[in-house]
Amino acid sequence: MPATSCGRTARGETRQAPISRGTVNRIVPIWTKIGWTKIGWTKVGRTKVGRNKADRIEAGAGTPPTRESKRGRLLFRLRRSPLLRSAGLRFAALYAIIFGLSALALAIFLWWATAGLLNRQVEAAINADAQGLGERYEEGGIPALILTIQDRLSQNVDENAIYLLTDGGFHPIAGNLDNWPTQVSASDSWFELVVRRGDHEALARIHRYDLPGGFHLLIGRDIGSRAKLRSLLTAGLLWALLVMVVLGSAGALAIQSLFKRSLADVSATADAISRGDLSNRVRISGRGDEFDRLAETINDMLDRIARLMDGVRQVSNAIAHDLRTPITRARARLEDAALHARDASDLHAAVERATSDLDGIVSVFQGLLRIAEIEAGSRRSAFASLDLYALLADLHELYGAAAEEQDQQLELLAKPPLAMFGDRDLLQQAVANLLENALKFSPAGKPILLGAVRLGDRIEIVVADSGPGIPVEDRARVTERFYRGESARSTPGSGLGLSLVQAVVQLHNGTLRLEDNHPGVRAVLSLPAEFSASRRLVRVERPASPKPGAPNPAAPAPV
Amino acid sequence: MRILLVEDDRDVAGFVVKGLREANHVVEHAANGRDGLFMAASEQFDAIILDRMLPGGVDGLRLLETLRAQENTVPVLFLSALGQVDDRVKGLKAGGDDYLTKPFAFAELLARVEALTRRGKSDSPVTRLAVGDLEMDLLSRSVKRAGQKIDLQPREYRLLEYLMRHAGQVVTRTMLLEGVWDYHFDPQTNVIDVHVSRLRQKVDKPFPKPLLHTVRNAGYIMRPDGEG
Repeated sequence: MPATSCGRTARGETRQAPISRGTVNRIVPIWTKIGWTKIGWTKVGRTKVGRNKADRIEAGAGTPPTRESKRGRLLFRLRRSPLLRSAGLRFAALYAIIFGLSALALAIFLWWATAGLLNRQVEAAINADAQGLGERYEEGGIPALILTIQDRLSQNVDENAIYLLTDGGFHPIAGNLDNWPTQVSASDSWFELVVRRGDHEALARIHRYDLPGGFHLLIGRDIGSRAKLRSLLTAGLLWALLVMVVLGSAGALAIQSLFKRSLADVSATADAISRGDLSNRVRISGRGDEFDRLAETINDMLDRIARLMDGVRQVSNAIAHDLRTPITRARARLEDAALHARDASDLHAAVERATSDLDGIVSVFQGLLRIAEIEAGSRRSAFASLDLYALLADLHELYGAAAEEQDQQLELLAKPPLAMFGDRDLLQQAVANLLENALKFSPAGKPILLGAVRLGDRIEIVVADSGPGIPVEDRARVTERFYRGESARSTPGSGLGLSLVQAVVQLHNGTLRLEDNHPGVRAVLSLPAEFSASRRLVRVERPASPKPGAPNPAAPAPV
Repeated sequence: MRILLVEDDRDVAGFVVKGLREANHVVEHAANGRDGLFMAASEQFDAIILDRMLPGGVDGLRLLETLRAQENTVPVLFLSALGQVDDRVKGLKAGGDDYLTKPFAFAELLARVEALTRRGKSDSPVTRLAVGDLEMDLLSRSVKRAGQKIDLQPREYRLLEYLMRHAGQVVTRTMLLEGVWDYHFDPQTNVIDVHVSRLRQKVDKPFPKPLLHTVRNAGYIMRPDGEG
């Protein structure tokens, strides 16, 4: 009895851990055999499972839960059933439902087109007959009608026409029916009934007409052939239904397995990644379908994660090395002074040097924090429209003097206006970092170029020097934190300058290119001139420009 | 100058108090927000140096907001380990006049505190600045020394104006960069020194007594007497 087994299911299930994979697999064929509605197969599936489990469980003690909670938990379990949670099965079921519905629609149309058409043809023939007989009756009265009926009967080759003319007492006068069928009562309406004609019975469609003078007329057609057609069609459709079920199940299973196969790789990759193996990637079939696109997206994401992880590792290594060294130096100085200082001035000098070492450490530390802050993207809130030309002219003025001091020449190659949307402070700092590098590496007597040009919807800022340049193999790495090229090792600096430039450029959705200036470096910042409206929405008003002496609220920590 | 220091770290507080007293200021110290608020509200100070994160239920921001709500306009300098841009914006929005991030150099703190108090005093519009025999007319934007006209580039003029407005005070390189160039980063190279030395060429070199002096480990000071 289904009810009992359901009850047992509930009791069993409520005390049972979620069903195992093996059990689920056993359910599938049952479900496929039984039917397509969710409730149907779920119940069947659960009943089966429940019975198995319940049999095992019922040996164990325990008070059964109340009916209320039992039902609630059963529903809960059903909803959380692994079967329902399989997207593949859901899609397969959906496919089967759609397939079944379309097959049903086809059957209905077939039936309407064939049987319905026959019906309508019969009715049309009867109506035409009635009209003809009516005309004869009007011309010659009952005798003419009788003659016509006899004529028509003799000419009817198919022997499917049915006529019966009776008087007021329903006694047959003419026609091929032996007596008036008792079922035919109401006048001027359609009947479908079995009539006795001669020695055989037949299904007929009949219309009754009442004539003046109390005469009654039946006109009909034998529709036995239609009935035959119907049974033929029904059988055909039933077979078709069977084929449909088979095909639907096969299709559903195919879809499910396709899903399983397509997702298995993603799932396996994600598993491997979460276990810590970041080198795994989702296989791309090369068909360019949705699954391939999903795989590509996932792989891109994994690449980015891997890069970030690398970055973190790199930074921790760099901190370990680049901060440990100056800390060691400062510590050594202080300890040395404490142990060996001969007088106060010795001590004083050591303390001062240690302080400046600490300042260096702090500035590296703050540089790192600042890059992290920029990379986190929080600074987008400070984006505003700005005149890049004025920004570059100011920097040219600030660094031009320093360049002349070193016998270098800083040339500004830009034409106003250069309007763009961005963070003024960060752009200043990025260009300043590039200028400082140029000033540091360019030999005396050689020009340094600071330029900007608008190319379509982008603005390119160029800083070019004639220094030793960056070897091709180093170019990809110089923007890494703390990375310092061979030629830069001997110069002062933290190795964070280009990392900051890179972070600023990325924040502005731009790119940093380091090209060969033959000789020297040609750093190109390619930035979008305008940001999309959606970006601009996140902009908030900055406090008004401060008076001289007061710091700008957005003033960053010195780097 | 009477300065209130609200700082919970005893070492930092001791260091700042000692330094400020050596610079001839009167310093009161509160070690938590509640005491700080009480002192700031009940006594008259020329400036307050305020830590952001304070024990005692009242943090620096709350303290300042309460003060400002009482229409107390005492200049306040935040001295905080919270150094992100957002932190600064918050501090200045709450009514702070300046923001210095820890760790800091004492010279920088001293220069900024003294600049704060100076700014509070000059309320009436100034049209003329003078340091020794150096004169600056802010209306005609002309500079004369000992009656002799000095030609300056626009930026040199602004640099000199800033230095003269803070005459008698130490001005750090960061303050110059922020005040004259409106830059908010610390250049690794000596760009400011180059500009100051150019200004010196025009303002000091042709004259017997220098006005613009370098203060070691701190910055520059403009003052009429010839002592370095």
